Amino acid sequence: MKRLFKLALQKPELASTLLLVLLIVFFQILSGAVFLSIDNVRGVMGLLPETALVAVGVTLLMICGEFDLSVGSVFALMPMTMAVLVVAGVPFWLAILLGLALCAFIGFINGWITIKFDIPSFITTLGMMFMARSMTVVVSGGFPPRIKPGQVPSWIFTGFVDDGGLIRASVIWFVAIAVLIGLLLAKTNFGNWVRATGGFLPAAAAMGIPSGKVKIACFMICSVLAGFAGMIQSLRLNSFLPALGEGMELQAVAAAVIGGTSLMGGIGSIIGGLIGATLIRVIDNGMVMSQIDSNWFKFAIGALTIFAVVGNAWLRRRGRAMQVETDK
Amino acid sequence: MNTPIIETRNLHKWYSGVHALKGVSLKIEKGQALGLVGDNGAGKSTLINILSGLHRQDEGEILLEGQEVDIRNPKDSMRLGIETIYQYNSMVPLMTISRNVFIGREPLKWSIGGFGILDEQKMREDSVKAIADVDLHLRSPDALVGELSGGQRQGVAIARAMHFKSKVMILDEPTNHLSVKETAKVIGFVKGLKEQGVTSVFISHNMHHVFACCDRIVAMALGQIVLDKPVSETSIEEVSEKL
Repeated sequence: MKRLFKLALQKPELASTLLLVLLIVFFQILSGAVFLSIDNVRGVMGLLPETALVAVGVTLLMICGEFDLSVGSVFALMPMTMAVLVVAGVPFWLAILLGLALCAFIGFINGWITIKFDIPSFITTLGMMFMARSMTVVVSGGFPPRIKPGQVPSWIFTGFVDDGGLIRASVIWFVAIAVLIGLLLAKTNFGNWVRATGGFLPAAAAMGIPSGKVKIACFMICSVLAGFAGMIQSLRLNSFLPALGEGMELQAVAAAVIGGTSLMGGIGSIIGGLIGATLIRVIDNGMVMSQIDSNWFKFAIGALTIFAVVGNAWLRRRGRAMQVETDK
Repeated sequence: MNTPIIETRNLHKWYSGVHALKGVSLKIEKGQALGLVGDNGAGKSTLINILSGLHRQDEGEILLEGQEVDIRNPKDSMRLGIETIYQYNSMVPLMTISRNVFIGREPLKWSIGGFGILDEQKMREDSVKAIADVDLHLRSPDALVGELSGGQRQGVAIARAMHFKSKVMILDEPTNHLSVKETAKVIGFVKGLKEQGVTSVFISHNMHHVFACCDRIVAMALGQIVLDKPVSETSIEEVSEKL
């Protein structure tokens, strides 16, 4: 029992993995085996990388002890900027690069203000959420830019890579990026600094870790991933809308938390964020496929988030109690 | 007389109008175990924070083995061989022992511009060795620091400092919040330092702890040194009176 608890403490994503499997089985039965049909899986796989990429960035940032509410707005701002540039005659790749640079800049500003003025990132990024959303509308001039199909090589990001038309390039991009960020966190000294910074800031500072810079770097990674995800969604839909990604910020936080990431920092894993994001997509889609009134979707996500946080807090308390026992 | 391993000359520090250190000059000899005592607000923590790089003095010099040094941040201090152990033991509870031992100084398999892949095997092996060197026996370097008792954590912190070949080890209230048994362990670690030729500065407001493991007592009050004697020539009563 003790070992089980310890495992659950060290691998907070374990519980959500279990839940994910259960839900998939549940929806598969409830929907009369439509849920895991090729057509439906294709639909889920189209959307998943977009939510999950945002969740990966937010998870990394939350492990570092900070928070980003502006990801939903950045999700819209990046593709809008890129599209406006492309329409203005800027080459596609340069436009992408400029768009991502803008995201990095926004992330830098988020982090710099948070650190410099020592204010909660909740507030900094809440402000940035409004500002970036507003910029999206301003940049578009009120009229969404139109890119003709075929004008940009969007297949590199969203084209199907297999003959059956099941997996899009976005899945590959997403897996590659997630693995990269996962390795960054688990296997590099930077990852060690991220965990130390989020886990116990005074210790990190006393050991000479440049925790301010580490946090700013995480803010930047988070913004860039959100922008990249928004670009993938826009290219998939081939429409550049100023309202894209509204509500994304909270879904991403929910995904991270459901996957076992702590709001206090220091605890969590990239794989947990991915599982959280997958859970959200599965619930969203599974409810539709099972003909449950989809207005309950947000209710389900909300309930699950609270459940996950309560569960994790309980696990941690149990863990502490256990430590007292071993002291004897 | 030998060159002192650490010397401060006329250190001053003001915190928004409060004169926290008023010209502290102190020489610490190599291999000495110095006990620094004083009430809250006496300036001990300020002095220590300056030596460990968390704060900078407003006036005065610090000399390390006779050379004037400029300590701007904790990294500088560690690079000079000064390791500080705080009462909260500067460990991240949710990270493993081996990761904690190497926070900020991770051995890398390869790196670009200071970033790179951790050499986890070396981290495990070295941390096991470092911990064994201070006579602390833990099951696994992969255990979380949060699972250890307070005394064990201080042991790991001391092992970490030893591993990085510290010349001077500053222990800032390492026995706070510890049980009697655990305190005895920590005092044992400090005694062990002397045998290994490491200079130590032990800060505490518990006089008994200081007298148990130090050979020189320095007492501070109101930002100044008010007493500086070998432990054999003073008593708890005399020191208490000065505070």
